[in-house]
Amino acid sequence: MIERTPVLNFATHAILIFGLVIILVPIWLAFVAATQTLQAVNSAPVEFWPGDQLLVNLAEAWALSDFGPKFVNTLIVATGVVIGKITLACITAFALVFFNFRGRVLIFWMIFITLMLPLEVRIVPTYAVAANALTPFQTIMDWTGISWLIKAVSGVEVALEWNLLNSYTGLILPLVATATGTFLYRQFFLTIPDELVEAARMDGAGPLRFLWDILIPLSKTNIAALATIMFVYAWNQYLWPLLVVTDRANYGMVVVQLSDLVPDQLTTGGGTPTWHLAMAATLVVMLPPIAIVILMQRWFIRGLINTDK
Amino acid sequence: MRRAYFKFSWIAAALLAPQLLIVFVFFYWPSAQALYWAFTLEQPWGGGNTWVGFDNFRQVLSDPYYWSSVRVSVIYALATTVLAMSMALILAMFVDRQLAGYKAYRVAIIWPYAVAAPAVGLAFQFVFNPGAGLFSYINTIAPGWWDLSKYPWQAVTAIVIAGAWKQVAYSFIFFLAALQSIPRSLTEAAAMDGARPLRRMMDLQLPLLTPTFFFLLVINITDSFTDSFGIVDTLTGGGPFRATDLMVYKIYADGFRGFDYSGAAAQSIILMLLVMALTFVQFRYIERRVHYT
Repeated sequence: MIERTPVLNFATHAILIFGLVIILVPIWLAFVAATQTLQAVNSAPVEFWPGDQLLVNLAEAWALSDFGPKFVNTLIVATGVVIGKITLACITAFALVFFNFRGRVLIFWMIFITLMLPLEVRIVPTYAVAANALTPFQTIMDWTGISWLIKAVSGVEVALEWNLLNSYTGLILPLVATATGTFLYRQFFLTIPDELVEAARMDGAGPLRFLWDILIPLSKTNIAALATIMFVYAWNQYLWPLLVVTDRANYGMVVVQLSDLVPDQLTTGGGTPTWHLAMAATLVVMLPPIAIVILMQRWFIRGLINTDK
Repeated sequence: MRRAYFKFSWIAAALLAPQLLIVFVFFYWPSAQALYWAFTLEQPWGGGNTWVGFDNFRQVLSDPYYWSSVRVSVIYALATTVLAMSMALILAMFVDRQLAGYKAYRVAIIWPYAVAAPAVGLAFQFVFNPGAGLFSYINTIAPGWWDLSKYPWQAVTAIVIAGAWKQVAYSFIFFLAALQSIPRSLTEAAAMDGARPLRRMMDLQLPLLTPTFFFLLVINITDSFTDSFGIVDTLTGGGPFRATDLMVYKIYADGFRGFDYSGAAAQSIILMLLVMALTFVQFRYIERRVHYT
């Protein structure tokens, strides 16, 4: 379609550039602050042009926040969450779509409804469960009298305990349940034609072989899309690691380190706020997920739109 | 419905078990626990919880701090949603014209989605800082006029702008996808009838975006209730004078700093009901989603 709209084209660019400026200004200012010395960053008015201290500040912020091990931890947790979420979503949806049994719909809804319970709103009791992940089973056994029975028969007091605080498991496990991922996989599996299932069965493939040799290769695009959004999600977790990890030296994650850098009375003790370091650390923390989103743009957009969340 | 199935066996049970166990332990159990705490009160010297009925709720609802928290949460939710969605809509409309460089514009608008909320909060704390940031200009003209840590309305403005900044990308992606799924034949037919680009935006594209618009409206409001913790924690810390004490932040503060599990649980239950109501509304609109392909 060919239209000549020079005025509107100019206006379009003008509006888009104006929008970009609004979006970029805060991060640009953060970047400029990260390139300055302590004196320069605290002298009003604000600088708009970068100085020459970027590498110095990055190195100092890196050492101050102990980012080396924190990056390793965050990578471990993010990878664990991504693999866990994709695996769980895939096998759950597979069982729900390709097996015939009563209660399928009920189980699907039981998982889907967890969408309504984001971690933030059930944070206090979830933390309590993380302190001992076996509490639910202990309580149920106590109520139903099974504990009493076991004690009467074998003389063993039932005291289940599995503390998840300060561990990778504790950081990963509560985050891997995935209603959206299961939903996405279910939608995909529903498009698989019956003939494919029949052909596979005719050739003697059991369910697991069918899943592994046929469905997983077919769902590669799904995996890429889910992996991108889940990685960003896991990397950016803040509230949960803030609570679960008290032993920051060993299990701290990079995003949580930012909470120590907020330049207020607490961290500076009334001294000059170290904005240059805070901003350098902010840049370091946000770079990996931004790189993933830009590099995997296509998958990222597809994943976001297909999961509706 | 599917005709070809595998027979139900231990394999299916084993495949379902992990997710169901996790959902039970980390979703249903804590939610039930919150319900239990909300209706009971822990004895100060141990000895279990006693049933107190709606006392915790009554206490929460008669607390003026709670209502100010609700008020600022609603202001935050509405203001960030309106700001972010209108900006996203305008940008998506013009990016969709696909002029030279539209891919570059698209990337530049999308990437803020990947920035962690606390990083957004910290960056904006610098931008709004009275001594060193962008607003230090104002203070060189009128000293002391701008100070986030003194004036509540300024702190609220700051978290609203930071929150909106973070949410633009999400709405933009959905608006752009919806615009691009409008069939070309429709646009061409409109052009043939003499509708210029601006006319097509108003009379063709905007009406077709209505379902996406409602979907995003609910998602944005829900997210602003649950997703604001990181921004508030690094930008204002809930202050000054509790002016930015959003509901999620208050639950966290009461539960983990004040050790008031029952009060925090009652607040959680109220927030859960709110999120559930919003999700319910969202499903009704998704059901009615208009398909134009």
